[in-house]
Amino acid sequence: MTDAAIEIPRYQLTAADGTPLKLAMARATRRARLRAFALVLPLLVFVVVTFAVPIGQMLYRSVHNDQFSAHMPNLVAFFAADETKGVPGEEGFAALAKDLDLSREERSIGEVGTRINYEIAGTRSLFTSAGRKASKLEPPYKEAILALDKQWGDPELWNVMRRASSPHTLSFYLAALDLQYDKSGAIVSAPEDRRIYVPLFIRTLWLSGLIAGLCLLLGFPVAHLLATLPLRYSNLLMIFVLLPFWTSLLVRTTSWMVLLQSQGVVNDILVSLGIVGESGRIQMMYNEAGTIIAMTHILLPFMILPLYSVMKTIPPRYYRAALSLGATPWTAFWKVYFPQTVPGIGAGVLLVFILAIGYYITPALVGGASGQLISNLIAFHMQKSLNWSLAAALATLLLAGVILLYWLYDRLVGIDNMKLG
Amino acid sequence: MSVLKLPPYASPLEKAWRVTYLVICAAILLFLIAPILIVIPLSFNAEPYFTFTRKMLSFDPAGYSMRWYDQILTFGMAAPGAPRNASWWLDVWENAKWVEAAQNSVIIGVSATLLATVLGTTAALGLSRPDMPFRRAIMGLLISPMIVPLIITATGLFFFYSETGLAHTYLGIIMAHATLGIPFVIITVTATLVGFDHSLTRAAANLGAPPPLIFFKVILPLILPGVISGALFAFVTSFDEVVVVLFVAGYDQQTLPRQMWNGIREQISPTILAVATILVIFSVALLATVELLRRRSERLRGLSPG
Amino acid sequence: MNMTRLTASTVLAASLFGATLARADEITVVSWGGAYTKSQVEAYQKPWMEKTGNKVNSVDADNPATPIKAQVEAGNVSIDVADVEYSDAVRFCDEGLIVPIDPATLPAAPDGTAAEEDFIKGALTDCAVASIVWSTVYAYDKSKFPDAPPKTMADFFDTKKFPGKRGLRKAAKANLEMALMADGVPADKVYEELNTPEGVDRAFKKLDTIKSDIVWWEAGAQPPQLLADGEVAMTTAYNGRIFNAAIEENKPFEIVWDGQILDFDLFVIPKGAPHEELAKDFIAFATDTQRLADQAKWIAYGPARKSSADLVGKFQDGKTDMAPHMPTAPDHMDNALVNDFEFWADHDTELNERFNAWLAS
Repeated sequence: MTDAAIEIPRYQLTAADGTPLKLAMARATRRARLRAFALVLPLLVFVVVTFAVPIGQMLYRSVHNDQFSAHMPNLVAFFAADETKGVPGEEGFAALAKDLDLSREERSIGEVGTRINYEIAGTRSLFTSAGRKASKLEPPYKEAILALDKQWGDPELWNVMRRASSPHTLSFYLAALDLQYDKSGAIVSAPEDRRIYVPLFIRTLWLSGLIAGLCLLLGFPVAHLLATLPLRYSNLLMIFVLLPFWTSLLVRTTSWMVLLQSQGVVNDILVSLGIVGESGRIQMMYNEAGTIIAMTHILLPFMILPLYSVMKTIPPRYYRAALSLGATPWTAFWKVYFPQTVPGIGAGVLLVFILAIGYYITPALVGGASGQLISNLIAFHMQKSLNWSLAAALATLLLAGVILLYWLYDRLVGIDNMKLG
Repeated sequence: MSVLKLPPYASPLEKAWRVTYLVICAAILLFLIAPILIVIPLSFNAEPYFTFTRKMLSFDPAGYSMRWYDQILTFGMAAPGAPRNASWWLDVWENAKWVEAAQNSVIIGVSATLLATVLGTTAALGLSRPDMPFRRAIMGLLISPMIVPLIITATGLFFFYSETGLAHTYLGIIMAHATLGIPFVIITVTATLVGFDHSLTRAAANLGAPPPLIFFKVILPLILPGVISGALFAFVTSFDEVVVVLFVAGYDQQTLPRQMWNGIREQISPTILAVATILVIFSVALLATVELLRRRSERLRGLSPG
Repeated sequence: MNMTRLTASTVLAASLFGATLARADEITVVSWGGAYTKSQVEAYQKPWMEKTGNKVNSVDADNPATPIKAQVEAGNVSIDVADVEYSDAVRFCDEGLIVPIDPATLPAAPDGTAAEEDFIKGALTDCAVASIVWSTVYAYDKSKFPDAPPKTMADFFDTKKFPGKRGLRKAAKANLEMALMADGVPADKVYEELNTPEGVDRAFKKLDTIKSDIVWWEAGAQPPQLLADGEVAMTTAYNGRIFNAAIEENKPFEIVWDGQILDFDLFVIPKGAPHEELAKDFIAFATDTQRLADQAKWIAYGPARKSSADLVGKFQDGKTDMAPHMPTAPDHMDNALVNDFEFWADHDTELNERFNAWLAS
């Protein structure tokens, strides 16, 4: 913009080039925003392309499942044309017979059965065995199919097939929240002995919170010591933090078993010192205690290092100044030193909490009955039951929950509120 | 150690607290290191179990052996029984599975760390500026690789890499591991930048320094601890990751942790402890060298030892 | 030296910018790792490579079935042959993830019996060929029960007569069947019983009786370790691992074969495998009578062919006869249960949810 063209009233503040200060400031701010954004942009593009899009497609499977609809075209068409619920007449069964034969040929009958089996346990074999005999079916189909198995006359089965005939579904989210459709199609709680996901979500979050708290408790003094000692000592002590850190998760987990099991090193030492009797060996492994100890150990470096790097940037003169102005050591620490460590605490707690949610192998190996966490079941559904839609629904809920917690957390102790002074 | 001493005017209460504090710290450091120390003697176990046998406890040489170290070298070799001369060692270098896995782990770990640290640090600089638009939303997106369960990430990435021809390539694994490491760099570097005094960069700019110079001469030295922590996290993430490698890596790109987890259905032998011991020795040597070099350069620059 | 470095960097560069092009005469075989992979390398892969001049790239995975679904769905298959469990083999076949294998292409037994007759019942499915029979058994430490050792499945659940902790795998499968057998259900009625809600309740009720004494294990490598450490007095385990501990490492472990649950490991070829014909050739070679018998030299799992049974020789130590250690040995089969795939495919999710809820309660 050229300055000559603009007439500037005298009372208005101007920048050196004559533009009104307000305008110049706005332009500078815009430029600063652009510059900030430009710094973030390469990473943002990288993460969006190599992570957000592929993972988004994966998570989309939680609402999109065409295992049934893609392989049963005749039934899909029948359901679209006929709105009546429950067991259909001859026409519906004829469509079923045609599709069974088709999917046997395509070898997709397993997928179809599996999809329905998610909602009515025990129906997978109904489909696979019917598929094997499908080529021999003769009209009237209704009688022929009912003769194969009476379960084909179950109205609930037909309602489930009708729902599955649309590739878009909410059933996986319902399952992930321990809900299900009842016979009339209303959403109700799952039977009590099968409600596991919500309790596991809660336990996972609670355990992760606890471990983050423990790590903070143990990590703070060590980080403080490392940050205040002269480098020649602190760098040597740093080895204590870094060694466990590069050691494989599997090795450390195994090592804790050796240490903590009832015939393990710690118990042996306690017994030989006479602190506990041979029969009084403490059970510290294969229960919740084992999980907490091993996880705290594994995640502690993730607390210590961020704390250390923040504490390292805090000039010691503030604390000394507070002391010389008459503050007690406690006041100087609590009012002057501690607030400056908050960003480190924030980062450490965030890292440990999120990592604890995802570390399922250690709890599975050392946690006994209580070692089952939500990530465990996600892996189970990805690798064993191959119910990827349910795994995606659980993962999406987990992601959404953690992002929500992160947002709340950022509001409470976030960067914006951590301006010093 | 003189540094641990309090000034002579400290009150008895302060002295008592100081001692308690040091005892607490020592206990926590012991907690950190104990499981690592326990691994070292166990890696010389003559039996294929993670147990201190009676023979080991009575220091009977028969209870100890080098068999697991031997296994690291011989497993996967073309001719493990050949005489141990130069060509035997060449065979180890080229064929031994553990050696191959270690080479892969280092290549992948170092490259992924570099990528994650450069991208992450740059982005953290932008994110910590007060004028950054949509900061929370972008932060949420950038840290989500840490939140999404690994198995989902691994599967999703495999589909993506299959379309783009990156599956079963080093570049694919490096990019995947960099993605996983980025949240660590972002979180630690942003935390370090919170206390950063921005008037320093303004002063430098006023004095005519171009932005790259400002970054390397003013900003980087101050936030270096955070950058290093983030890089360490990124490296360790890659160095201990098994799920993505299982999906994305080709048969000749297996890494150390994969090699460790393999066979867990049948047997996990103390070989993994031997590997861990070697890594411990290697990293102690590395850290000690770095520290010695640092002290030497301080002496050369005439600084009093810190 | 410079030469090696040069080749190394060329290979690195090549693989950085594109998938390494496998030569046409290489196949990739994925298996479970450890001693099991070793037995396959020795018994199948080395002889095959020698005979055909082709190369086998052996890859280990903690479950070879895991990458198959992803690879086939993405249309980017790198695995030629995978060694998978029975449930995965049948399910993948039904879902079209693996290719059919015609039993007629498999070699006949030495006496001319066709492969279809020669394999144990259930060992051949439409798309998979079994190599070994393994079993989930329970084992105990002899030194803990010197006078009256446990003999039946019921003894495992009897903590009064046989005090001590019990090791069990943290999953519904196998535990429910064992609980029912301990409760007096004969092996051939177990799945019938488990198919009713009352049967499931009955199994969980039986498990309840020892719940507080259970140490749960996750990986197959754990049970021998638990026994060796004295953490448990008895534990369920895969028979091959207990054999290794008892024979090779002279541990005082004993297997109780009553109520063993038999299972197969099978070779499959993913749809779209890069070398399907070679893979079929490899499978046919590996599952012939002699090769299957040879594997028993390296690991205590039974051959899936009847004709191999007589050829099973000695263990690699040269003195232990392997035949009596096979899960399929005649006197182990009195009360043996064959894992029912159909049942678990139907009820896996439901029963695992119930199992997890039971664990947490």
